[in-house]
Amino acid sequence: MARVVVDVMLKPEILDPQGQAVQRALPRLGFDGIADVRQGKRFELEVDGTVDDAALARIHEMAETFLANTVIEDFVVRVES
Amino acid sequence: MTSRIGVVTFPGTLDDQDALRAVRVAGAEAVPLWHRDRDLHQVDAVVLAGGFSYGDYLRAGAISRFSPVMETIIEQAKGGMPVLGICNGFQILTEAHLLPGAMLRNNHLHFICRDQRLTVENAATAWTADYEQGQEISVPLKNMDGRYTADERTLDELEAEGRVAFRYTAGGNAADGYGNPNGSLRDIAGITNAAGNVVGLMPHPEHAVEPLIGTGGTDGLGFFTSILKKLVSAS
Repeated sequence: MARVVVDVMLKPEILDPQGQAVQRALPRLGFDGIADVRQGKRFELEVDGTVDDAALARIHEMAETFLANTVIEDFVVRVES
Repeated sequence: MTSRIGVVTFPGTLDDQDALRAVRVAGAEAVPLWHRDRDLHQVDAVVLAGGFSYGDYLRAGAISRFSPVMETIIEQAKGGMPVLGICNGFQILTEAHLLPGAMLRNNHLHFICRDQRLTVENAATAWTADYEQGQEISVPLKNMDGRYTADERTLDELEAEGRVAFRYTAGGNAADGYGNPNGSLRDIAGITNAAGNVVGLMPHPEHAVEPLIGTGGTDGLGFFTSILKKLVSAS
């Protein structure tokens, strides 16, 4: 079994009001010095067998068609050792 | 024989019964469709109703878009079958790439529920022919993820081709339902595809078809009479 992580983030130009709400709450909680917060999603995929190039290509395709909406989101696929 | 208009029920759909009723009020035959059934049962048009299909998991409409019934709907919509997506249905249509852009969380992060003023910007689609261009209507709006977004190029293209079908009407008090309720770019409430057979919007015309309930008006009925006239004249 291997773990592949897919991180999905709103594109930089897309307004993220949830991230802004988190950022605005920080000073009230005593956490200063955070200029900006953007909130995203993390998917942890447990993959049967070894993760070869073909398996990674399939996961990339999955991320592009399903896990992320590439109209508004970017994604990164990485293998966790 | 009158026209058959299907309304899809996904797990989590809420407004299918109202949509079926609106179809009947307009005088068409309402046909319930089930998300796992690829067969559209000889309907002439399809309504994707509002609600929270699959709990809005992942993104609103993201999972429904891959359901068996959607495979057939996507294929037939590309062939010209009229499809109306209301609220969650609009979200499903963007996720299915039948309409461009995407829907994001309302900019104020609150669920919104109010009667909303809309301006009909395109009265030439399959679903809007009974309205006048520039006509102002009032129908309920109720959603969490209603902020329409697309890149500038797509927005310019939509404007240039007259594909902005509805805009949130400015120029009045928010308490009276005027103004942009969710931060949608260019006040867009609904759009159409280039052919005019696929239309999506966030507000709910199916809740404004009878004087006794909903807004107390029938401003939404035109969607359903428009499509019925189009189907009858085509047959």
